[in-house]
Amino acid sequence: MTDDSGPTASPSCDGEAVLSLRDATLRFGERTLWSHLDLDVRAGEFVAILGANGSGKSSLLKAILGQVALSSGTATFLGRPIARGNRRIGYVPQQKLADEGVPLRAQDLVALGVDGHRFGFPLPNRQRRQAVDALIRQVHAQPYRRRPLSLLSGGEQQRLRVAQALAGEPRLLLCDEPLLSLDLAYQATISELVDTSRRANPLGVLFVTHDINPVLSMVDRVLYLAGGQIRVGTPDEVLRSDVLSELYGSRVDVIRTHGRIVVVGTPDDTHPHAGHDHTATGSPAEQRR
Amino acid sequence: MLGLEVTDWWSKLFVFDNYGELVVLLQNSIIAGAVLGVVGGLIGVFVIARDMPFAVHGISELSFAGASAGLLFGIGVVPGALGGSLLAALLIGVLGARARDRNSITAVIMPFGLGLGILCLSLYSGRAANKFGLLTGQIVAIDDPQLGALLAISALVVLGLLLIWRPLLFASVDADVAAARGVPTWGLSLVFMILLGLAVAVSVQIVGALLVLSVLVTPAAAALRISSSPVLVPVLSVVFAVTSMVGGIMLALGGSIPISPYVTTISFLIFVVCLVISKIRGRARATA
Repeated sequence: MTDDSGPTASPSCDGEAVLSLRDATLRFGERTLWSHLDLDVRAGEFVAILGANGSGKSSLLKAILGQVALSSGTATFLGRPIARGNRRIGYVPQQKLADEGVPLRAQDLVALGVDGHRFGFPLPNRQRRQAVDALIRQVHAQPYRRRPLSLLSGGEQQRLRVAQALAGEPRLLLCDEPLLSLDLAYQATISELVDTSRRANPLGVLFVTHDINPVLSMVDRVLYLAGGQIRVGTPDEVLRSDVLSELYGSRVDVIRTHGRIVVVGTPDDTHPHAGHDHTATGSPAEQRR
Repeated sequence: MLGLEVTDWWSKLFVFDNYGELVVLLQNSIIAGAVLGVVGGLIGVFVIARDMPFAVHGISELSFAGASAGLLFGIGVVPGALGGSLLAALLIGVLGARARDRNSITAVIMPFGLGLGILCLSLYSGRAANKFGLLTGQIVAIDDPQLGALLAISALVVLGLLLIWRPLLFASVDADVAAARGVPTWGLSLVFMILLGLAVAVSVQIVGALLVLSVLVTPAAAALRISSSPVLVPVLSVVFAVTSMVGGIMLALGGSIPISPYVTTISFLIFVVCLVISKIRGRARATA
């Protein structure tokens, strides 16, 4: 349907705006995380949120979820002011392994997305089962749908979380580092799942990540947060040495090599685990199976 | 000589003289045990899903303190136990939202409660059997009004749990996502703590403060070893808890030994069997 030449050329984002932020500012006490943020996310648009550690990426998602109030400015979702706990917003958190002691199989985690917010004991129900079946097919989790959650790998669990987030026909998907601690193969799988879902439904995607590369080919726009400042634009407009150097207030180099982007010289680089380019293969969790 | 001692010991453990009459006489206790099994089996699923077994232990010690104070000041064991465990449950719920905080707060509350309870018991000049019973359990002492209170509180806990079951499960396994989806996680956790406080208060009077975990945790832990189905786990947990409670009471009826060793042993054995089953299954899966 939307067949554009590349991620930079005005892509699949000619849909209606599902989320609008106007002059939004978030402060915690004295500290201003970010200010004067204007952003429209359209149905079908993929926006990556990048930035320094502690720059307020996750807080931005929390503000959109209505869990943190904006210090000033407005935020509207589908034309209405943000309210807490909107069913039309899906949320995919960081991967964390479910431990034993959770009475859930794969399909039950997805079912919580369908009607986990409703009160009462969940009696078997055909409508619910059909909704769960459709979601499980969508993320190709049929082979292990009846397996206990605690026996699944991190990647398999993350697939289910995407399915859970897609329940209730959301118009906006918020992903908070969903690729963290997944191996490269599963990073690609999960990113592609998000990519196909946003085109099919269509829904806007806000994707917080410390590494742009797994989603580089899908991203329409980048929102970069650093030092209380914000840059929004296509990856080619924002991920440039001059732009990021200005944002960080110190020299930062953006190197493009083999279709990948490596950002060198950010303050985060001094921490060995916070680099922008993760080429590590599989976390221990992923290899556990 | 040794053989004689062992038979003597054995005949103390299992006494079945006039068994039929005793069952009739102590039917209150058997009913109470069965009801407590249902309560413990259901709430235990959440105690484990929310990683709170230690908190349960802490609540039961404060419940013991409350019950002892109730005995000392003549308010009655039931209101005392209720007051103590609700106070502890709310304290732990409000101050211990994160697991690490919760453990230290529980560890602070627990010895204080136990000490307070012992103080009240030493000052109390009534029947000695009552005293010991609050720590290790008793079956003889359940009269009709007490059974009535027990049934009412248990019904409240079970109905409350069934009402909030789904969102509570969501909030217990994935609090962030549940909150994002509009589940009132904070309110639910408060309601859960109140229900847990009520369940503990009921259990303390029957199995005793020291052994509450064998009803509120062990059956659910056993069920989770052999199933992950959100329907089968609570069902199995209830079956295990009722079996332990009623079985323990039936075995304890004739003798002079408190019921708790019987209850805890049955409950422990069920857990061991489930553990073995899960290990065998795990091995089968690994070789498959």
